[in-house]
Amino acid sequence: MNLQKRLWRPEPSFRLLAKLIQVNWLYVLLICALAGVGYLALYSAGGGTAKTFAAPQIARFGFGLIMMVAVALLSPRVLKILSVPIYLVSVGLLVLVLRMGHVGKGAERWINLAGMQFQPSEFAKIALVLALSTWFCRIDPKRMGNPLRLIPPALMTLLPVALVLKEPNLGTAVIIGTIGATLFFTAGMRLWQIAILLAPVPFLGKVVYGHLHDYQKARIDTFLHPEHDPLGAGYNIIQSKIALGSGGMWGEGYLHGSQGQLNFLPEKQTDFIFTMIGEEWGYAGAISVIGLLGIMILGGMLIALRSRNQFGRLLGLGISVDLFLYCAVNLSMVMGVIPVGGVPLPLISYGGSAMLTMMFGFGLLMSAWVHRNERDRPSEDTDA
Amino acid sequence: MKLPKFSGRKPISRLMPRREPIKPSRGIFTRRALVVLAAQAGVLGVLGQRLYNLQVVDGDRLKQLAVRNRTSKRLLAPARGTINDRFGVQLAGNKVNWRALLMPEETTDISAVISRFAQIVPLDDRDHARIERDLRHMRKYVPVSLKDFLTWDDMARIELNAPSLPGVFVDIGSTRLYPLGPLLAHIVGYVAPPNEHDVASSPMMALPGMRAGRAGIEQTQDALLRGEPGSVEMEVNSLGRVMGEIDREEGRQGDELTLTIDAGLQQMVLNRIADQSASAVVMDCRNGEVLAMVSTPSFDPSLFDSGVSHAQWIEWTDNVRTPLINKAVSGVYPPGSTFKPAVGLAALKSGALSPEDRFSCPGYYDMGGVRFHCWSRWGHGTINMREALMLSCDVYFYQAARKAGMDPIKAVANGFGLGTKLDIELPHIRSGVIPTPDWRREHGHHWNGGDTVNAGIGQGFVQVTPLELATYVSRIASGRNVQPHLVRRVDDRSSDLGKLDAAAPLDIAPAHLEIIRGGMFDVVNAKRGTAPKAKLDLPNVQMAGKTGSAQVRRVSRALRESGHFNSMSLPWEERPHALFICFAPFDAPRYAVSVVIEHGNAGADAAAPLARDIMTDVLTRDPVNHLHEPGQTVADAE
Repeated sequence: MNLQKRLWRPEPSFRLLAKLIQVNWLYVLLICALAGVGYLALYSAGGGTAKTFAAPQIARFGFGLIMMVAVALLSPRVLKILSVPIYLVSVGLLVLVLRMGHVGKGAERWINLAGMQFQPSEFAKIALVLALSTWFCRIDPKRMGNPLRLIPPALMTLLPVALVLKEPNLGTAVIIGTIGATLFFTAGMRLWQIAILLAPVPFLGKVVYGHLHDYQKARIDTFLHPEHDPLGAGYNIIQSKIALGSGGMWGEGYLHGSQGQLNFLPEKQTDFIFTMIGEEWGYAGAISVIGLLGIMILGGMLIALRSRNQFGRLLGLGISVDLFLYCAVNLSMVMGVIPVGGVPLPLISYGGSAMLTMMFGFGLLMSAWVHRNERDRPSEDTDA
Repeated sequence: MKLPKFSGRKPISRLMPRREPIKPSRGIFTRRALVVLAAQAGVLGVLGQRLYNLQVVDGDRLKQLAVRNRTSKRLLAPARGTINDRFGVQLAGNKVNWRALLMPEETTDISAVISRFAQIVPLDDRDHARIERDLRHMRKYVPVSLKDFLTWDDMARIELNAPSLPGVFVDIGSTRLYPLGPLLAHIVGYVAPPNEHDVASSPMMALPGMRAGRAGIEQTQDALLRGEPGSVEMEVNSLGRVMGEIDREEGRQGDELTLTIDAGLQQMVLNRIADQSASAVVMDCRNGEVLAMVSTPSFDPSLFDSGVSHAQWIEWTDNVRTPLINKAVSGVYPPGSTFKPAVGLAALKSGALSPEDRFSCPGYYDMGGVRFHCWSRWGHGTINMREALMLSCDVYFYQAARKAGMDPIKAVANGFGLGTKLDIELPHIRSGVIPTPDWRREHGHHWNGGDTVNAGIGQGFVQVTPLELATYVSRIASGRNVQPHLVRRVDDRSSDLGKLDAAAPLDIAPAHLEIIRGGMFDVVNAKRGTAPKAKLDLPNVQMAGKTGSAQVRRVSRALRESGHFNSMSLPWEERPHALFICFAPFDAPRYAVSVVIEHGNAGADAAAPLARDIMTDVLTRDPVNHLHEPGQTVADAE
């Protein structure tokens, strides 16, 4: 059977309709709720107008929503086939960004795609989840003992990590690496293998630190001692804490956060959007947003656990972990728990790449849900 | 396109997990996914806890930081206090100044902005030099003035071009205005941009347009004139851009000073001195108020406001007539014969002489093989002290000085203010010198008997300032320890010094003072007096005075014996200084005047008529009719 036929196996339209109904609309509602929070926050970050940030972002969200539903209807079979070109394209884009990347803030992270700024490292996360799921779904978790089977996926993980590290974008590299590691773990990698792999981590940490750019070192140093450079690299952390703190229990009121509105908060529409929420909506509002994100992460995990096929399980878990890592890193960043490093808050921060890739990821999650009842059958992929 | 078929072949690679018999084995996945879930829940829980600590536990502390963050307290420059003369004529005021300022930190390419600005509002070389200097010295957050005194046209053009002039803005300030120009430059002084020391001492001095007093009253009363800065608390964003005003506290503008000076009188004295290098002080001898203090030539103090050009500075400092120096307080001169009353009083007070003791003057005095001449070649005959003063006999005072001794002379002279640092509200006060043998020894020299003889006629090492002379004659006239001063009133608080007859009586017997005053009366009014030219042309008002001609160069014996010694034939710098001190009315002393004309030759000829005219004016002037007409300056007078 040729490739064309495999991709375009005709599906009766009633099956498409059935799939559409199968989409977890409750989860979609959750996504919309979070996007709504994002709209409100960006409206405030834009100084009380939608024009600046909120409107473009919600337009992207609308586009992402359509894309998500479309992806949700793709069967695992198609996704597995698409995973290879998607992975290759993502790696190609990462190489491209290093070659001709648009320089922003001293790091090459963006490329211009038809007039739009695109950040390939965001896309690489989803591509890796898809690729690793495709790889691991064919291995019985009980038979993961062969280390040779782990080498290709390890290379698949390390290649984008290395490329993103080169950009340099430490935060995203760590996230990509962690997503990969989580998939290795849940795919059934032996614990003794994990132990062996973890052993040289402290040493690697030292090597990596040695190769960090000065500004990255500065970030880590000022993270440890922000008061050393209150107007320089430590500024963001200090200002973010101050803004959060001044929110108190109930916040200063929507559109009335003094630190955010007066621009003491740097990059308040992207990395520090949560700080703005915390200032204006207080602990009550901020913890609610965390709760909403937590429910979405939990929902993703439940979708993964409900899947009857390994591909769906790994895919769902990968997307859910991706979502979690975004949240955890961003929140830790703005609360001054870890160094600041360019990681947005999913669905809320302003930015196209993160929004669209996240929606693509949700599409994959939905696909896993829609096709949750397809069972793993040894014969399934042997008909090629 | 036909793709190669894979079916039925062995796997390309053994690594490819193709035909794994995958049985649903959710066990491992589920367990591990739950581990992942637990880890996620744990992390989010920790973050939630952390958020609680930040927002609720630490909230109040951080909120205070936030308030400090967004408010900025800025100082408002207070208006500098004005300075008026005793009748309210403004001597120093403030002029509204629309100026263009540049905030260096708000622009990336400063030189480009400045050159673009120069195309809109022309800047000359001096402006460029000043801007460059300010940019070098000032902090980046302190605006630098590009151009002062903008016209409406300038401002319109700047506003129109605002987009291409980042960091440039127009604001209103004030500059110091001296309506009378050079007339009172030495007294009022001037202001100049603050230096780093000023800024370090007071943060308000960093504000644009603030000026520091650099001379005269402006310098000594700087603290009063500056006032207190106001402050405005503003809400600012992270760039420091003002978003709104929260609180405003108006400052206190500098005190308004009323001087004892009479600008009209000052103008008259200046006009009368004309182009001579001279100084004159007019004092109220009842309370020490200085009504006029002239030092010529003068300068225009407003030139200092934005910095003096190098060429102008060289011109001033190279001038032998020292326009920048207030000769009235900083010029030291040998007093010549004007010192004789002090010597006479010292002799009387120490008991060395009685008023009626007589000496004979043959025209010279021999001592230790050295002959000291009297100014009169033929001598004055046998005379007592009053006559000696009237005739200004040198021989009499040679002997009086020898009999009294230098220490009593110094004590009496100091008591009259000579050789002491007078506490008047001016900077750079110099004090004269009343030499003693001890003083000479301190300077490593031996005191000769001849030095005492010379000091007896106010020559040798004796030096005084014109202000000291005025104080001296005031104290002779009043018999009281009057203190010269220039500030009459600070805002509404009047000076204690201005009270009439408040000064303590001098430690001199009134009878002795009478002798001296009588001698000085005769100088002017007696037929044989040395200064008949000083006689007042006023009914029932008499003046008493004393001439002085102080040699600046020892007259050689050859020159003296050539018989036709005439100092007018000497070059200007070698001619004697002409001095005159006087007070009037004689029977109820009111005003004291001292005049010193550098190289004016003879006190009787050059200084006495000048002092007479000044005295006539101050006695007869009606301030209302003598108010100064603005615009008339030294330049006009010269």
